[in-house]
Amino acid sequence: MSDDLVIEAKGLTRRYGRGPTLAVDHIDLAIKKGEIFGLLGPNGAGKTTTILMVLGLTESTEGTVSVLGHDPLREPLQVKRRVGYLPDSVGFYDNLSARENLIFTARLAGIDKAEAGKRIEESMARVRLTDVLDNRVATYSRGMRQRLGLAEILMKRAEIAILDEPTSGLDPHATFEFLEMIRGLKADGVAVLVSSHALEQVQSVCDRVALFNKGKIALQGTVEELGEQVLGLRHDLLVEADGQDIAARLGKIEGVSAVEPPGSGRGLLVRADRDVTAEVVAAATRDGGRLRQIRAIEPSLQAIYNRYFEGVKDAA
Amino acid sequence: MRREGSPFTGTGAVFAKEYADHLGSARMRVIEALVVIVGVVVVWVAMRDLKDKVTQDQFIFLRLFTYAPESNPVNFAGLLTFLIPLVAIGLGFDAINGEFNRRTMSRVLSQPIYRDALLIGKFLAGLATLATGLIALWLLVMGGGLIVLGVPPSGEEVARGLAFLVIATAYGGVWLAIAMLCSIIFRSAATSALTALGIWLFFSFLWPVIAPAIFDGILPLIAPQRVLAGSATADDVAGLLDVQQLIMRFSPTVVFQEAWLGVFSPDQFTEQQIMRIRLDPRLGHRVIPGSPLSFGQSLLMVWPQFTFMVAGAIVIFTLGYVSFQRQEVRA
Repeated sequence: MSDDLVIEAKGLTRRYGRGPTLAVDHIDLAIKKGEIFGLLGPNGAGKTTTILMVLGLTESTEGTVSVLGHDPLREPLQVKRRVGYLPDSVGFYDNLSARENLIFTARLAGIDKAEAGKRIEESMARVRLTDVLDNRVATYSRGMRQRLGLAEILMKRAEIAILDEPTSGLDPHATFEFLEMIRGLKADGVAVLVSSHALEQVQSVCDRVALFNKGKIALQGTVEELGEQVLGLRHDLLVEADGQDIAARLGKIEGVSAVEPPGSGRGLLVRADRDVTAEVVAAATRDGGRLRQIRAIEPSLQAIYNRYFEGVKDAA
Repeated sequence: MRREGSPFTGTGAVFAKEYADHLGSARMRVIEALVVIVGVVVVWVAMRDLKDKVTQDQFIFLRLFTYAPESNPVNFAGLLTFLIPLVAIGLGFDAINGEFNRRTMSRVLSQPIYRDALLIGKFLAGLATLATGLIALWLLVMGGGLIVLGVPPSGEEVARGLAFLVIATAYGGVWLAIAMLCSIIFRSAATSALTALGIWLFFSFLWPVIAPAIFDGILPLIAPQRVLAGSATADDVAGLLDVQQLIMRFSPTVVFQEAWLGVFSPDQFTEQQIMRIRLDPRLGHRVIPGSPLSFGQSLLMVWPQFTFMVAGAIVIFTLGYVSFQRQEVRA
């Protein structure tokens, strides 16, 4: 195992019951120190099972997993001491305050009392819950609970944070804030493993992603790599310009395959298979045309995912 | 393959949290109310009926626990026989499924502890809560008795009272283990509580009816020929009585009743006990029928019952432990 890998899984498999279907089917994962890795896919694709096997909370049927150089089943305490876990729709003891909840966790984690008090203040400040630190958790909104879960991971000074569906059920603002906090973890050098079925939300924070489908990892890599692999090398542009026959003019540029109205908003979507930015600018500004906006369109994970599984379905 | 680290890491933390939760919970208010009501009633009855007998009775403080007025033949210890299981079930029926339902289980188990710590910590906290209530009740009755009767308890009476507390806690442990087993098996707290209460009803009220019927059924199979012919020796009768008692003893309620009778009634024996005393060489040569047993002799009498309850609690706890270890964490 190389030094900068924090989680390494090989052929990891989990079978429930005696049926032929595998909840997780021979997956390989390698997560590096300090990166944000996304496990993406629909519900029931095997993301949570994979996470539980990484944590040693579920036994694998086959394959090996190594977390920070330890086997989570044989040395569970070593692993759990250094890994923080935020489960899907996390729960806390509602009758206790946030501080009391964290004190309990700190005691379980073996953090001494004075140190725990200090760390709780710090981590709650980082997730901006200082004002409600002594309120009962029953009064917390869903977004606040998720942040409290993150504070727990911060308090533990975990080297790996595993977040299961952290943004599901959050409103857009809370989602945005939470994603910012995930970036904050990365800045601390923490490796983050985040699972989600909301591809678009998580796309923005992940360095690399693995797309799950029916227990298998269908694709793995950076979003750009996956885009290239599935959609081909694309250089799509969104152009907003005033002038006569802009669409026709842009369509004549060599390499442009289509000019069409975008799915939403104003302007034109220019589909191209090479970088045509310079030609588009020239064409749009000719004959008194005025270019208002031009930007490159990143491949969206949703598009990649849809395209990929359409392809898989057709093949099947 | 040896596990790394101690299975008890974190047990203290779980115990402290659960004990604090129990003491602060609404359930504890109910238990406290029960304790006060039961204590006051017992002392009141004692004041009414026992006050005049102070000078005649050597064990007047023990009568506080075993005396039953004729109008209502339930004494204090008998009441506890029913009350302790109820309280224990109340404390344990949602121990494990509650963690799943609050969605705290996976978060807690992702901390560096083993599942053992959670289960053991919760069991001990429930037991400590139960013991706290029992001690409070015992002190209340003893204190009230002191005021009403006007004489201090003898050292032996205090010792017998303490022995009763230990036995009652062991009895509570059996029911707590049953309740926790239900909370592991059933995800719904209501199902778990109902099942535990069903078990309690069965062993408290139905088993004493069923057990003699079972005995009658198997009697022709186990009795020696001469008994059936109508010429039984004392040994035969004692042996058959033992079998009948053995069937009865599948119910923890019956075992507990035997135990508290042994501790609290050193001078009142059942026919069968007298027979056992005569036949048992360890007891026989030291006991004079009609005169009370010494404290040591009483302990010797109830020791098997006590061991049975402790062993029962451990066996049931182990069943729960095994099924909890295999349980899927995901909610």
